[in-house]
Amino acid sequence: MTQNAPVLIVLLPVTAALLCMLLSRIGRNLGSWVVIASIVASFLCTVDCLYQVLAAGGTPIHYWMGNWEPPIGIEFVIDPLNGLIVTVITFIAMLVSFYGRPFLRDEDWLHVGGYYTLFGLMTVGMCGMVITGDVFNLYVYLEIMSLSGYGLIALGGKKSMVAAFRYLLIGTIGASLYLMGVAYLYAMTGTLNMADLATLLADRLNSPLFALAVACFVVGFGIKMALFPMHGWQPDAYTYAHPGAVALIAGCMSKVPAYSMIRFLYYIFRVDNVVVQHVLDVIGVLGIAAMLIGSIMALAQYDFRRMLAYSSVAQIGYIAIGLAMGNLYGFIGAVLHIVNHAFMKSSLFLVIGGIAYRFGVVNLYRLGGLNKKLTISTITVTLASFSMIGLPPTCGFFSKWYLLLGAYTGAQYFYIVILVISSLLNAVYFFRIIEQMFVQKEASLSEVYKPVGAKLGLPLEMAVPILVLGVGILVLGFCSVDIVTDIIKMGLPEVFVR
Amino acid sequence: MIILDCRPFLAVGVSLFASVLISCSRRHPDVREAWSIIASFIKFGIILSMLPAVLEGNVYEWTLCQMTDTVFLTLRTDPAGMVFSVLASLLWVLINFYSIGYMRCNHEHEQTGYFAAFAICMSAVIGIAMASNLLTFFIFYELLTMASWPLVLHERNHEALVASRKYLAYTLVSGQLFLAGVIAIYCISGTIDFKSGGFLTADMGPHWLLQGIFVLMICAGSVKAAVIPLHGWLPAAMIAPTPVSALLHAVAVVKTGVFSVLRIIGFVFGPQLLSELRIIDFVAWAAAATIIMSSLIALRQDELKKRLAFSTVGQLSYIVLGAALLSPLSIKGAYLHLVAHAVMKITLFMCAGLIIVRTHIHNVSEMHGIAKHIPVTMACFTIASLGIAGTPFLVGFVSKWHLALGAVQSGRPLFVVIWVASALLAAGYLMPVVRMAYFRKDPEEHTRKFGEFSYCMLIPIVATTVIAIILGVVPDIYPHFADLADMASEAICHGWTEGGWH
Amino acid sequence: MLALNEFLKTRGIYSLVLILFFLGVYGMVFSKNYMKKLMAMNVMQVAVIYFYLCLAQKDGGTVPILNGLTENPDAYVNPLPHGLMLTAIVVSLGTTGVALALLMRIKEIYGSVEEVEVLRRASK
Repeated sequence: MTQNAPVLIVLLPVTAALLCMLLSRIGRNLGSWVVIASIVASFLCTVDCLYQVLAAGGTPIHYWMGNWEPPIGIEFVIDPLNGLIVTVITFIAMLVSFYGRPFLRDEDWLHVGGYYTLFGLMTVGMCGMVITGDVFNLYVYLEIMSLSGYGLIALGGKKSMVAAFRYLLIGTIGASLYLMGVAYLYAMTGTLNMADLATLLADRLNSPLFALAVACFVVGFGIKMALFPMHGWQPDAYTYAHPGAVALIAGCMSKVPAYSMIRFLYYIFRVDNVVVQHVLDVIGVLGIAAMLIGSIMALAQYDFRRMLAYSSVAQIGYIAIGLAMGNLYGFIGAVLHIVNHAFMKSSLFLVIGGIAYRFGVVNLYRLGGLNKKLTISTITVTLASFSMIGLPPTCGFFSKWYLLLGAYTGAQYFYIVILVISSLLNAVYFFRIIEQMFVQKEASLSEVYKPVGAKLGLPLEMAVPILVLGVGILVLGFCSVDIVTDIIKMGLPEVFVR
Repeated sequence: MIILDCRPFLAVGVSLFASVLISCSRRHPDVREAWSIIASFIKFGIILSMLPAVLEGNVYEWTLCQMTDTVFLTLRTDPAGMVFSVLASLLWVLINFYSIGYMRCNHEHEQTGYFAAFAICMSAVIGIAMASNLLTFFIFYELLTMASWPLVLHERNHEALVASRKYLAYTLVSGQLFLAGVIAIYCISGTIDFKSGGFLTADMGPHWLLQGIFVLMICAGSVKAAVIPLHGWLPAAMIAPTPVSALLHAVAVVKTGVFSVLRIIGFVFGPQLLSELRIIDFVAWAAAATIIMSSLIALRQDELKKRLAFSTVGQLSYIVLGAALLSPLSIKGAYLHLVAHAVMKITLFMCAGLIIVRTHIHNVSEMHGIAKHIPVTMACFTIASLGIAGTPFLVGFVSKWHLALGAVQSGRPLFVVIWVASALLAAGYLMPVVRMAYFRKDPEEHTRKFGEFSYCMLIPIVATTVIAIILGVVPDIYPHFADLADMASEAICHGWTEGGWH
Repeated sequence: MLALNEFLKTRGIYSLVLILFFLGVYGMVFSKNYMKKLMAMNVMQVAVIYFYLCLAQKDGGTVPILNGLTENPDAYVNPLPHGLMLTAIVVSLGTTGVALALLMRIKEIYGSVEEVEVLRRASK
């Protein structure tokens, strides 16, 4: 059982998702419970894998599909870094899978089954993308994630159709570019295995094909992670996506390509060559632009979700500049920010879902009296906002700390200026929300659906994930040092190990 | 000697825990306020229990956890931190009673949030006082910003909203600048642990870099210390309920500002390095200018709380100036004035609050003959005003005497003139209040309505006044502020030779 | 002429594939009809598939099935890209299916798949 854990991470949810429609036909909620159970099991598997890797001192677990030895066969590789990320993803997916249930209380079996099929497949796609050790396999998972993502966005209502369609078009361009990049690499080396690629590429780093491949990857992943200026699809998608699933979409779906980008740039291409150095410079510039423009655009929004979408653009900018610094602390900051931002953004979107569930509208200027009506949500929003701004001891502060250290050690002082400015802009638009919640008159929110007998203001399935993620932000803050020293530093790319 | 003991964290944690209890007992005001009072006594007790060992030259230290890969969340009670934490926890006990009286007599809303935020603020203050490195310091510094923000916003009206935004703008920007400075210091020196006399040395970087970092850090500290021109938030924040103004904007927030300046000068850069960098004079002159200008502005304020606010601005710069003179006596004077000003200003603010509750008068020009109705309060007000002006046998005199001696000691007797001038100006803006209250006849004496009265409010006022007198007559009395200040300044200036740092 | 021949021989097909790819991207960006955008997307995907197939091709190669005559790998074209592209075709089919479903819903809701019209009605 334990030695098969890596594949079970993916296998369980995929089986459950495929059976879900059938089971839902039999009993309306049966399918959903099976998918939820499979995601919980998958979470346990990820924890087990992470534990095994850490217990082995950071040596990666290699799982060969059908026992075919790579580079011929496809393998799953779990090293400390992607073990961490996949654990975060399955954890959030687990919480969100419970959370989505109340939204479907009036739907028929078709919608419940469809929703959970897509949800399970999306989890599969994200997990597979993170743990696979094969570049083409990554493409397949990327498409599984994207296709189910389009579906979940389209479930959000009338306006979401156009958003999903546009995302589909742009996302397909990204995926195709990725596929082109894979083709170039395959043409150069004749292999698709990541570890094999890394060794075979080492003496081909000067070829123009390599530069072309890197460019394809950066643009392809850039689109998927909504790196400025390729973020056009994101605000609409986040705004209109299904409120039950948007937390997973916003929290994890753009982080996974960001992680893949890290994997390619730092583990396969190595950062110590001219081409990647130039690409990093470009990413840095884009990151700076993303932080500034994302923050400024967020200021201009009155829809809470759209504001958060633009704030995501800015936060992806943080990850991008961490990558672009190309030194140890920048790398740690970027990885830590992937984890932290997944928590922060998910918790905020969970709260938004709760507001939409109970009050029907998510207008920034109509949040008055939320502190009385949804106390837990208010605490979570407050913590997440502090984390977004980067106030200690929430987790957002620590990724900012490492990013600042990276900027200073790399003598890239303008990043410090940008980080400071961006935190202050974040402060402006997040304090606006906190002010609204505490100061505004209560009359401005009308109840659409008040749960009966729920003391927490929301059904238990929704309140608990909100609370868990909110507290998680604080816990992550205090645990950030463990994550850095015990996990990230165990799995550093070779460039930094020397 | 370092004693490993978790009491510093208990002192911080007790009020954090109390804030949770307070939030949970929303429906029972008596229980809620009991938590607050119990927590304040426990905190005061914990801190006093550490006092004897600290006076013998020991240091309590405890590391709770690791914050980043190289920095720990550590609290340490050195004499400098002890001065501040004893002071803050003592005043919290008193202000707690006053708050209860004030909030109840004034029928304020949102009292639960008020007491909870207050308790968190006190945790942050103790954390700041005892922080042993810059990151721990920064964490509590930002916690204080976050916890005091709802207090400024307490009124929940438009004016409070504007004031709170202003407050946030100033404090958050300064916090981020501080963070940038901390990063820079960490990167050039490899450590951010406070060390008496400073841990930076001249060979760690070019002069311009060290100067730049110093300016960054001092600017960040000066925002909370309200040095002109960075003082804008303080008068605006006077919108908050008077106990908040009293504790936070005369004692806690602004004092953390000056305390951070003292930490930066004494424990990060060190007087030795600063005298080499030749940049400290700017700080000294800025503080001197602030002292004079704020007094002049205070003369023109009619609203009593605003007048006191500008008086605070000036008095805080005494401390900054004392630190900037870099001589043992001036630094001792700075620590003493930290205590002295807190005691006096809290008295003045509490008097102002009582005047508001009892007579609903906010402006000095309307206080005709109110001393007849609130004789004890006005007596305390008079004594505290005389203390601010520097009258002998009151607490303000002792500290100013040391500051003046320090100015002579560091070879800049010119600054003595500033202190004399500002003492006269202080008398100039506070004595009219006294005259108005005692010697003018009330034109509407018979129609005036009086608000509720509570001994909860009066007793703390009398207590602080008594403390002000006792500390003025015997500065060395328990809890030995003078000795602690002496130890702190000696530790900072251990390389001092007669005649300066050269 | 020789240079042109050389170019066509070595890179000609790749240039054509790239032109096809960017033609697809161009169509997706600039056409005003969602259906046409979708078609352009398919063109782009087909270009990627061609690209792989061209990579696999070699002069004188035959179908990669062991025919008993030779076991020399040079005699066969590379089968791996073909295998990969089978997957890619399936994915592209899936994408197209989802897109078509979305388009049908868009048509139901807005009564049109013209971008201008949809945006006009969406903003109402």
